[in-house]
Amino acid sequence: MNNFKVLMNGIVKENPTFVLLLGMCPTLGTTSSAINGMGMGLATLFVLVCSNVVISLIKKLVPDMVRIPIFIVVIASFVTLLQMLMQAYVSDLYATLGLFIPLIVVNCILLGRAEAFAAKNSPLSSFFDGLGMGLGFTIALTLLGGVREFLGTGKIFNLTVMPENYGMLLFVLAPGAFIALGYLIAIVNRLKKA
Amino acid sequence: MEYILIFITAIFVNNVVLSQFLGICPFLGVSKKVETAMGMGAAVAFVLTLATIVTYAIQHFVLNPFHLEYLQTIAFILVIAALVQMVEIILKKVSPALYQALGVFLPLITTNCCILGVTILVIQKDYDLLTGVVYAFSTAIGFALALVVFAGIREQLILVNIPKGMRGMSIALVTAGLLAMAFMGFSGVDKGLAVLFGLQ
Repeated sequence: MNNFKVLMNGIVKENPTFVLLLGMCPTLGTTSSAINGMGMGLATLFVLVCSNVVISLIKKLVPDMVRIPIFIVVIASFVTLLQMLMQAYVSDLYATLGLFIPLIVVNCILLGRAEAFAAKNSPLSSFFDGLGMGLGFTIALTLLGGVREFLGTGKIFNLTVMPENYGMLLFVLAPGAFIALGYLIAIVNRLKKA
Repeated sequence: MEYILIFITAIFVNNVVLSQFLGICPFLGVSKKVETAMGMGAAVAFVLTLATIVTYAIQHFVLNPFHLEYLQTIAFILVIAALVQMVEIILKKVSPALYQALGVFLPLITTNCCILGVTILVIQKDYDLLTGVVYAFSTAIGFALALVVFAGIREQLILVNIPKGMRGMSIALVTAGLLAMAFMGFSGVDKGLAVLFGLQ
């Protein structure tokens, strides 16, 4: 399979959020605004690309019986690295995303891609798979964050689009996350058929 | 009194699924029937309470004395994975009946983010061991409650004529949103109770 196809597969055809429905906790928990959603998406993208490449490189050395714990250790190492980097350079974003950064370890997308793709393919195409899936996730989270931010506060990326008191505060709070994602998935379902 | 407050807050006010967004995958995945939802809830309560005790010990007796705090994520996830395996083996030997009831759900729990999330929260909030265990147990009860209520609603959803595009996950998410809205009605209860118990 050529790398461009692998890349687009993650963004469109097997979009982790809208089609595969993986990694729902950060999707709902961090998308109170477009910026937060994008930050979380990029953080996951970083770990996904790194872990995919490393797992693909070591796939021949790993005994089949213990592959899952080894994959988890690889992922957890990159998450720890990411935690340190974010604390050093983007500490505001790190504070906002909080608990969801260490929880990238248990995001099903990472282990899922390691098992389904990186353990079977070359490092280069694993790189593109990680990039595609990560971008698909980032786009989905930014979109959801944008929708919630717009409906909730009338802003997108902190730019005021409509007066703030027209906003429905509910969409920034917990229930709005579920409802907004539910309708976005319904729209994607509708588009897929068309 | 403090423990009752933690108990009620964790179940109703800061429900782990509906207001903290932890453990959404099993919440959406195993909520098609009330019975399986109860099994999953019980398994989570069991593992989460155990995991909190073990990770608390790891943090305070291994990571802190040797200044290895940055290894928290790796250490905790490994401990949880090992713990789940061990619980599975022990249950199989000691209590086959309980194993039959919880067995299917145990492997799924390793990747349930509410386990790792709550164990990290207990450390971050700097609870002592007993408070941490009460907090973890109440969180798990809150998880089970949300799961069972949601499964009850989803059983009824089968009978309804839903627009085509909304079928499946989409309507489930909107339903969860309405449930979360209902739980928002509890907000403020914790502050009222704190005043009532004379803690504030």
